[in-house]
Amino acid sequence: MSTTVLPSYEDATARYEPVIGLETHVELGTNTKMFCGCPTEFGAEPNTQVCPVCLALPGALPVANRAGIEATIRIGLALNCDIAEWCRMARKNYFYPDMPKNFQTSQYDEPLCTDGYVDVEIDGETVRIGIERVHLEEDTGKTLHVGGATGRIHGATESLVDYNRAGIPLVEIVTKPVPGIGAKAPEVAKAYVTELRDIIRSLGVSDVRMEQGSLRCDVNTSLNLPGEEWGTRTETKNVNSLRSVERAVRSEIIRQASVLDAGGRITQETRHFQEDTGDTRPGRSKETATDYRYFPEPDLVPIAPDRAWVAELKASLPERPSVKRARLREEWGISALDMQSVANAGAVELIEQTIAAGASPAGARKWWMGELARRANETGVELAEVGATPAQVAQLQALVDEGKLNDKLARTVLEGVVAGEGDPAQVMAARGLGVVSDTGALQAAVDEAIAANPDIAAKIRDGKVAAAGALVGAVMKTTRGQADAKTVRDLILARLS
Amino acid sequence: MSDVTRMTAAQIAGLIASGETSAVEVATAHLDRIAAVDERVHAFLHVDREGALAAAADVDARRSRGEELGPLAGVPVAVKDVIATKGIPTTAASKILEGWKPPYDATLVERLRGAGTVMLGKTNMDEFAMGSSTEYSAYGPTNNPWDLGRIPGGSGGGSAASLAAYEAPLAIGTDTGGSIRQPGAVTGTVGAKPTYGGTSRYGLIAFSSSLDTPGPCARTVEDAALLHAVIGGHDPRDSTSIPQPVPDVVAAARLGATGDLTGVKLGVVKEFAGEGAEPGVIAAFRESVEALVKLGAEVVEVSCPHFEYALPAYYLIAPSEASSNLARFDGVRYGLRSGDDGKRSLEEVMSLTRDEGFGPEVKRRIILGTYALSSGYYDAYYGQAQKVRTLITRDFTSAFEQVDVLISPTTPFVAFPFGSRTADPYQMYLSDLYTIPTNLYGGPAISVPCGLSEGLPVGFQIMAPTMADDRMYRVAAALESAVGTLTPPEL
Repeated sequence: MSTTVLPSYEDATARYEPVIGLETHVELGTNTKMFCGCPTEFGAEPNTQVCPVCLALPGALPVANRAGIEATIRIGLALNCDIAEWCRMARKNYFYPDMPKNFQTSQYDEPLCTDGYVDVEIDGETVRIGIERVHLEEDTGKTLHVGGATGRIHGATESLVDYNRAGIPLVEIVTKPVPGIGAKAPEVAKAYVTELRDIIRSLGVSDVRMEQGSLRCDVNTSLNLPGEEWGTRTETKNVNSLRSVERAVRSEIIRQASVLDAGGRITQETRHFQEDTGDTRPGRSKETATDYRYFPEPDLVPIAPDRAWVAELKASLPERPSVKRARLREEWGISALDMQSVANAGAVELIEQTIAAGASPAGARKWWMGELARRANETGVELAEVGATPAQVAQLQALVDEGKLNDKLARTVLEGVVAGEGDPAQVMAARGLGVVSDTGALQAAVDEAIAANPDIAAKIRDGKVAAAGALVGAVMKTTRGQADAKTVRDLILARLS
Repeated sequence: MSDVTRMTAAQIAGLIASGETSAVEVATAHLDRIAAVDERVHAFLHVDREGALAAAADVDARRSRGEELGPLAGVPVAVKDVIATKGIPTTAASKILEGWKPPYDATLVERLRGAGTVMLGKTNMDEFAMGSSTEYSAYGPTNNPWDLGRIPGGSGGGSAASLAAYEAPLAIGTDTGGSIRQPGAVTGTVGAKPTYGGTSRYGLIAFSSSLDTPGPCARTVEDAALLHAVIGGHDPRDSTSIPQPVPDVVAAARLGATGDLTGVKLGVVKEFAGEGAEPGVIAAFRESVEALVKLGAEVVEVSCPHFEYALPAYYLIAPSEASSNLARFDGVRYGLRSGDDGKRSLEEVMSLTRDEGFGPEVKRRIILGTYALSSGYYDAYYGQAQKVRTLITRDFTSAFEQVDVLISPTTPFVAFPFGSRTADPYQMYLSDLYTIPTNLYGGPAISVPCGLSEGLPVGFQIMAPTMADDRMYRVAAALESAVGTLTPPEL
């Protein structure tokens, strides 16, 4: 393989037609696990969120969490799916130490939600992604292999298992194959996962963080010559960011094209995306894959969602994120690109709430996308958890609009707000910040500055008004920035005219 | 006072309630009896002398404080070793769980404790409840008190034998294909399989989840009903538990004991009225039917055409579920771990553990079930068996449109000698020929002694519609009033 010359992406997609499909796992944010009452908090000490049920002690039995079923139905409805009138959980049987029962409670031929779609926009064109199914299952534990060079089970001397995650509800969302998108395949894949993430976030059923694993994505890719049948597909796992989704499809298209160019055939297999190199490496071959021996889970009664309940859930769905974004873009008067940045930063709701609290769209967006986004980025927290509330940001902007704070002071006040010192007004009072409006005091500072800088004063008298900037700076310095720059400038010009 | 170990649970409870004896005295008498005879019977895998005496002392203390006690307070009970008991070894008679002490109590154990019953210990069984003779216990078989050279039935042979040996007045069993009723039949005791979902499975080590049903074992129908009432009822920890109260089985048993069955319609299952059963079993069954007619019951013959497929369907469904239920025994979290020498791979350790930990019948069923669920065979085996299950359920529902209960012998043979059916698994499986249809349907059924054949007990089975457990108790108590209870020879 190493000697093979890879075709360029443009070349590959000019000759082959890609078909993609995506399987996405979403960890639900329920308070308790899917089949027992254990908490689901992320990052707890290993094996502290476990009980006889999720440890699969002999005799323990599962009971389904209604919140997990409800969240799955809401996802299904948001993806335009049909909701089953009657369905069952199934056991997926295979041996692995991070799975306490040695079977995963999942769904097989009776998924809760089927046959939906998601529309995504690519260069102003709508691409419809069909949804094959949305089903409910449980997560496994986590295994840590110690002593080996690779961190994988092979060569390890010890394997440690943490069952805290075992039994956390997972929703699997499977698309139908997506053909006919040509060279846009990587972009479509990324746009789909982005849209899916936004929809699920809007439902409030998961925090959908790819980096924490609460949203995981497997990408299926195949290539075929125009007019011929679809090719053999590979499944790429370990795709942990939106950018990786795009890169994984792109690199897999190039790799498959090179295999086909050389007269080879594609092996149906699982591949792993490599974050560092951006390519995929083979995992286990599907041809030796386990026979999961699915059968209906006899420990759980069938799920038969009441039609009135489903109708109620459907009626109470939030506005679809794409529709909402279009509406807000209009209201805020910003470009599609700017709106995209706002969405990517997770700032849509925050800005919306700030506007509702009285700020102008431009004012609200400026703080969230500027100072606060920078801080969130630096400290590695979500924007919503940066430490300022929409109400506080609205108050800050109001103080600026009223002339009580200038831009520089406002940033200092925001720093105090984020540090937990209270609302902007409280921070201002406590720190003694605020624009000096006493013109007597200002006039004195101006006179002092003129006296200290006779050369500059002379230039201004000669009509070089631009030189006033230096005097403004001097005044700002003596007032510790608490003056309104425009007022200072006016005073200087009045005195020297 | 006469020997309390020969008394019924109802009598013992009465004596404790009236202060004529204490729970500690009752527990001590039974523990002494166990110490005297269990070496020969081997009904118990674990005797909790200390725990039993402490529980009994607690009942006595509560009584002396004037607290109101339940109808079985202070009565000893033996619990099948497939039920989780907190801090007390629970092995399902398997090497793979040797020494395992559950950190929790099964729901029914909680209820037994709450009712003030005194748990004596854990009883022997076929490994993971797979068998009809207790010969598949990893810890050696239980001997039938009627003839120590014969099997006590299975899988719950230990529970049934503990009753027949007067080691306990009450016992808990579990019935997946007849594991309460068949041991009851061959030991001359009463065993009831409640409606599936009428007793909680939480804490019952699963063999076949859609069939397993815990239930009461006793020496009289009334005692069985009293125990049924204590352990039955909805349990939110078991998803398949029925959210309805248990029918009043105690009242039904007392009504039946009056010996009047006027207006009750009994259906003899045509397919089970003769074929395959020993002549002595058929004779005892027919005499009992006549006795019931004398009590006023009407008897008609009912055809259940699909019952003949019950056995093969059962031996696909139960092993399929078992193959998955028993997957958790892998040496990773609890129980036996074999070959973990730091050189072997995880997979090898799992394989060695399971190879060493499971006995031959368990392995046979795991293989059978794994095969039946395999891709390409599923439809032909597991899928087909589920269709048969539906047809059998239809047989029951249409039969119950014609009659109140169905009747048959409990098992085709009396207690057989050890080793006589282990060579051919199918001969062993035939023990459950008459009991299995009920499990596939999910309804309740009871086995009550109805006489002897060649000096050994014969059981009479009464099957009722789901959640009509009271009906079978009424008929069983009536039969008991007519034919009496059976007394085994002295040990």
